[in-house]
Amino acid sequence: MAAMEIYPSQSADIASRTIGDDTLIMSTLDSTIFVLNSVGTAIWNAVDGKTPLSQIVHDRVCAEYEVTNEQAFADAKEFVDRLAAHGILSISDAPIPQKEAP
Amino acid sequence: MSLLDEMNEKATARGIPLSAHMDITWRCNERCVHCYLDHDGKGEMSIDEIKDVIRQLADAGTFFLSISGGEPLLRRDCFEILEFARALRFNVKLKTNAVMIGPKEAVRLRKMGIEQVQISVYSHRSEVHDAITKLPGSLRRTSEAVRHLKANDVKVSITDVLMKFNSRDAKAVKQMAEEWGVQFSIDPTITPMLNGDRSIMSLGITPAELEEIMHMEEFVGNVGEFCAPVSTVDDNVLEGYSCSAGHTLAYISPFGDVYPCVQFPMPCGSVRKQSFREIWYDSPAFAELRSVHVRDLHTCSHCTHTAYCSRCPGLAYMEGDFRGPSSRDCEKSYARTGIPSAAMARAGNRVPRAASGLVQITGLL
Repeated sequence: MAAMEIYPSQSADIASRTIGDDTLIMSTLDSTIFVLNSVGTAIWNAVDGKTPLSQIVHDRVCAEYEVTNEQAFADAKEFVDRLAAHGILSISDAPIPQKEAP
Repeated sequence: MSLLDEMNEKATARGIPLSAHMDITWRCNERCVHCYLDHDGKGEMSIDEIKDVIRQLADAGTFFLSISGGEPLLRRDCFEILEFARALRFNVKLKTNAVMIGPKEAVRLRKMGIEQVQISVYSHRSEVHDAITKLPGSLRRTSEAVRHLKANDVKVSITDVLMKFNSRDAKAVKQMAEEWGVQFSIDPTITPMLNGDRSIMSLGITPAELEEIMHMEEFVGNVGEFCAPVSTVDDNVLEGYSCSAGHTLAYISPFGDVYPCVQFPMPCGSVRKQSFREIWYDSPAFAELRSVHVRDLHTCSHCTHTAYCSRCPGLAYMEGDFRGPSSRDCEKSYARTGIPSAAMARAGNRVPRAASGLVQITGLL
């Protein structure tokens, strides 16, 4: 049986901007600040609620960095879990409809 | 170094306007005696023009966006502008007198995820606050708005601009802010009017009152630390800049004019004639501003206060020379430490005064 897909989705309660290779994120709920490095930024910018994490890892991490798919997925899963714990993104087992940016 | 400091450093190195301040109108329902703006609304940018500028700011890397005025809520499309900016993932702060914020507006601000609402309160007494704003009932309405915002968990900060009429009330305003559970800060600086008129400067507190304020723990924290002179002026200080204006901060007027900061009215371009990116990266005015390091300041680079002075290049500009000292900041450093600044020493230990109307600021249209 194939592993269950997970679909990360950016929270609406954040401000974020990619600056160079890094991404600055601030929670509007408690003003906590996060800075993502280039790999984190590559994942973050692909998080759209409808692309499964496995595909993001395949397209954005494995295609750019020398890392096995298994290792990259494990790291990415840990990364999204940590951001989800802070309310920066949410994780679902089905695609999440997103509001398009204006 | 904090994460924000790191990002600021990166933004400075890459020339990214991390912060922007947009006044969406100069019209106002108050007539504060110390206000530096005229209140003419003719020629304001349309909602489409404003959205286009906000989109350009997002593309340029701006993260912090302050929406201000005038009274921004006088624009019927103010919420549309704020929500548009939030949809583009800006960290949005709203500067307002809050008299138009009721329960519905507070809920809407909470829902959009505004970072903070910034409000000026001048006294805990209506007769003083309302006399400054010239709007009867304004303290009552502003206070009610703060309660609505707090009830909706919207972060609020209160600034008390200190003038000769209200400086004695600052402790009571701070206490009121604590009771409301909101941030509080004082601002002892009166800014000359953008048309060059300096007459409102006479409303400011005296040097003796400034010195007293600078030595009050309630306002400055550890007085010993705050008022201790620091003489270390090393290469890091000399290679640095006075502030972020024009380096990581831009100001855009309701008419589309771009300046380094709201308090630094050096015209750099108009978004009605060029893209924001062209202005930010190619304007000769910005290039000149960015070429000036602390080392290049003809008086301040030799001043004992250089390492910690809050020198405002915009105020210096309005005194006629942005490479020169800002007399208000010389006064502040002197009030803190009792040591005259280099500019004061040159003027016989007195604060040099700018001539009235030395700089006339005109729009670009």
